[in-house]
Amino acid sequence: MIALAFLAQTLRIAIPYLLAGAGGVMSERAGLIGLTLEGYMLGGAFGAAVGALATGSPVVGAVVGMIFGGLLALLYAVSALKFRANQVVTGVAINLLVVGLTRFFLRLLYDSSSNSPRVPGFGRADSGSGFTALAINPLVWVGLLALVVIGWVLGRTAFGLRVRAVGEHPEAAASVGVNVNRTRYAAVVLSGMLAALGGVYLALDQHQFTDQMTAGRGFIALAATIFGRWEPKRVAIACLFFAGAETLQIQLQGTQVIPSQFVEMIPYVLTIVALAGVVGRAVPPAALGREESA
Amino acid sequence: MTTPVADLVHAAPPSVQPDVGARSASLMEALLPPVVALLVAIVVGDVLILTFGQSPVAVYRLLLDGTWGNAYGIGQVLYKATTLTFTGLAVALGIRAGLFNIGGEGQLAAGGFVAAMIGLAMPAATPAIVAALLCTIGAAAGGGVVGAVPGYLRAQFGAHEVITTIMLNFVVLALLGWIVSAKIHVPESLHTPEIHSGGVTRLADIMPVFHGSAANLTLLVALATAGAVSWYLFRTRRGFELRAVGLQPDAAEYGGVDVGGVRWRALALSGALAGTGGINFVLGYKHYYEDGFATGAGFLGIAVALVGRNSPFGIVIAALLFATLSQGGLAVNALVPKQMVDVLQAVVILAVATAVPAVRQSIRSSAKSVARSLMENGDAAGGGSR
Repeated sequence: MIALAFLAQTLRIAIPYLLAGAGGVMSERAGLIGLTLEGYMLGGAFGAAVGALATGSPVVGAVVGMIFGGLLALLYAVSALKFRANQVVTGVAINLLVVGLTRFFLRLLYDSSSNSPRVPGFGRADSGSGFTALAINPLVWVGLLALVVIGWVLGRTAFGLRVRAVGEHPEAAASVGVNVNRTRYAAVVLSGMLAALGGVYLALDQHQFTDQMTAGRGFIALAATIFGRWEPKRVAIACLFFAGAETLQIQLQGTQVIPSQFVEMIPYVLTIVALAGVVGRAVPPAALGREESA
Repeated sequence: MTTPVADLVHAAPPSVQPDVGARSASLMEALLPPVVALLVAIVVGDVLILTFGQSPVAVYRLLLDGTWGNAYGIGQVLYKATTLTFTGLAVALGIRAGLFNIGGEGQLAAGGFVAAMIGLAMPAATPAIVAALLCTIGAAAGGGVVGAVPGYLRAQFGAHEVITTIMLNFVVLALLGWIVSAKIHVPESLHTPEIHSGGVTRLADIMPVFHGSAANLTLLVALATAGAVSWYLFRTRRGFELRAVGLQPDAAEYGGVDVGGVRWRALALSGALAGTGGINFVLGYKHYYEDGFATGAGFLGIAVALVGRNSPFGIVIAALLFATLSQGGLAVNALVPKQMVDVLQAVVILAVATAVPAVRQSIRSSAKSVARSLMENGDAAGGGSR
């Protein structure tokens, strides 16, 4: 019973990571740094609250959230690709922008500086918090499938091949007739929509939008992307592993075995270790972060 | 990923004999992006203010009145600009070496924490100057250690500093959060006890008009540090090597520079600069370390370096600009949500980041067309350099 509860809790925490991680893989494999995942998620969460509150339908909320994420990603792509702005600077700016915009419109729309009114979700009153609640939430299924599908897209489709090509060697891709910029735009917008769904999940699951509710989850997803060496399967495992560690920490709370702060550090420390190549080197896509390419 | 980040953001290196045309072009290059950015920000601000049903003129007037319109406002702006100068210098020094340090939040927090620990450890009878000096050195060392880790990882393993610095932010903040909450916090709070010694004089103690504002003499330390960074970068051998690595790492290596060592030192030094900023809050304002005091200031350092074009003087100006916006938010809160300025700050960064490469490109292409027409006319005399 405890094992089942642990598994359900882990899944619940893992879903946003899996969705944003899928976005991270998509963006970074195409050559654009995924620093903006956090902003996409927060934008998605806010969109979900706005859409669901306006119509009473969580599905509309999810769609609005994805649109917000897609628009933010488009802004990132235009700055980075069309104007060749530095990706790190732009990424940081977009994250700040989303924090500011969501706070501003939280005040404007709901006259609050901390949270939205109660948002309708996918659950039913009697579904509790175990597997039933998870199973009737379509976003859980989307989350579970996201990295599987992305793995298939990258590995088995022409679009995926182009994405990988523009991320590794844009000049070579261009020389064989791939439209580098168009491929990157598509990959980045897709990444924004996927990561936004992670935020949508949070807002609908918690039945409200709260200021900065993503609380660094986008960076954990980025950590999972890197720790999983940009391979969808490994990234999924990294997301589940990070979520499992978090669940363990929640279950151990109060027992004082390990301070919660040390569990919080796990994803970040592991990512640093992976980048340093202590156990199997993590090698990023060759054109990641380059501005001159295209 | 070894493209020099520097190329995009910093000013063109001083050419041998800049003629008047080149100088005015580089002046354009330096001034145009921030001006464009401010205009864009004002337009976006107008839209936000109008959606909130207020008059933009009234809001902007309130913003100016609440910042530069009275001594308290000026004091608050100076206080905020002080921290931002340190974090901006930290980012700029990194960029000059071709490295992107986005770990300012963690380094700033670590610096403040070490300063507070030293201030707590020393007896109250310690001479003020000695105590403040030791705390400041401790702050620089604290930030420096946090910066040295990604520096070492970059030099030794090639681990990219953008990711390691941002990841290290979370590690450092969690670690400090644990130490404070588990070991030394004042009950019912998230801060340490007050330091016994090492406090820095408030501006208000010298000039009573600044009463109530947090501005303190760390301000002078920030200005001196900006001068020191400028001297280091442009007047010392080490600084020359650092810039050489930032511009052309391969050429620098060929020229005999220890590239790994320079990168390592640059990130450690960058961390030390951010860490020193911690004294503004800890020694100058609250006299204790508090969880979350560094929030935002580290990331805004990137904005400050960008708008200040990585020149120490420009950074001081840019820090004042961003500090004015931060403080201005509080001033306008009665009319529009103070969060408006968060949006404006982000818009300024986005617009400058986008405009810098665009402006440079258009200047270059117009320079090229001028050069071409000169050559076609067989009149090379006016061409000057190149």
